[in-house]
Amino acid sequence: MAKVTFDTDRCKGCGLCVSACPKGILELAKDVINKKGHNPARMTDQEKCIACAFCATMCPDCVITVER
Amino acid sequence: MIVFEKPKSLTDAELHYCPGCTHGIIHRLVAEAIDTLGIEGRTIGIAPVGCAVMAYNYFACDMVEAAHGRAPAVATGIKRSLPENIVFTYQGDGDLASIGMAETVHAATRNENITVIFVNNAIYGMTGGQMAPTSLPGQITQTSPYGRDVKTAGYPVKVAELLSALDGPEFIARVAVNNVKNVKNAKKIIQKAFENQIEGKGFSLVEVISACPTNWGMTPQNALKWIDEKMIPYYPLGIFKDKSEGKEAGER
Repeated sequence: MAKVTFDTDRCKGCGLCVSACPKGILELAKDVINKKGHNPARMTDQEKCIACAFCATMCPDCVITVER
Repeated sequence: MIVFEKPKSLTDAELHYCPGCTHGIIHRLVAEAIDTLGIEGRTIGIAPVGCAVMAYNYFACDMVEAAHGRAPAVATGIKRSLPENIVFTYQGDGDLASIGMAETVHAATRNENITVIFVNNAIYGMTGGQMAPTSLPGQITQTSPYGRDVKTAGYPVKVAELLSALDGPEFIARVAVNNVKNVKNAKKIIQKAFENQIEGKGFSLVEVISACPTNWGMTPQNALKWIDEKMIPYYPLGIFKDKSEGKEAGER
């Protein structure tokens, strides 16, 4: 099964992964503030993930690791 | 099975770039090329002056910081004295196309066996958003508040077209990193630029169209759209010159 992990404290909340996700299952966590002071990206529905790694491809900060 | 993880040729340091800045993607593509080709132990990078001035903190290979614009000259010296090593420069438009234009053109025309990664974001990022030689006609910046007026400021410098007119350079290409397809293509082209050097073919330059959401005054998403709508029509993507494939200037 696909597994996406976020190195949350590296995230700058730019949202490029959110707009790249073809399944629309990523979001910026408005209720969380990370070490840098941003709203980090998070996965909302791991079951729907197809491990295409589009999110990680567009992430400028190497926050995302994708496993299958 | 890991589908995607941070390349080994990047250090664990957190990048200082603004949120949504595509410098991070380009750093990663260079590091992935170094990983794939297995040249981490013998690669030497040259950092520029500009936003990427601290690139030496991020690449896990030997790095040298050059004076503003002089990276191709420093790379020439290193490559000629250590020909077994792989030497690349990583420069922005203020560094390569403005103060360093002489070094760039002469390194290209000598066909020095180096790899140049040229990041074109059409603005001076580090100094706060002034007009660059690559700013588009009509583009609003800190020093062109009514838009770049080509009557007084001239036209943008198209580096890939300019250098591909020379007989010297081996490989000149322009790529973008504004969507997944373009990033994957950019990865292939950057890797080829490093392969050319390993095979001793000569000067390889990859111009990468990049976003600067902070100084363009846009969200990261709109900045990527602006690349598609404004920058790519002015700076067309493609391989402009590939001598060993028989592709000369003017063909695309």
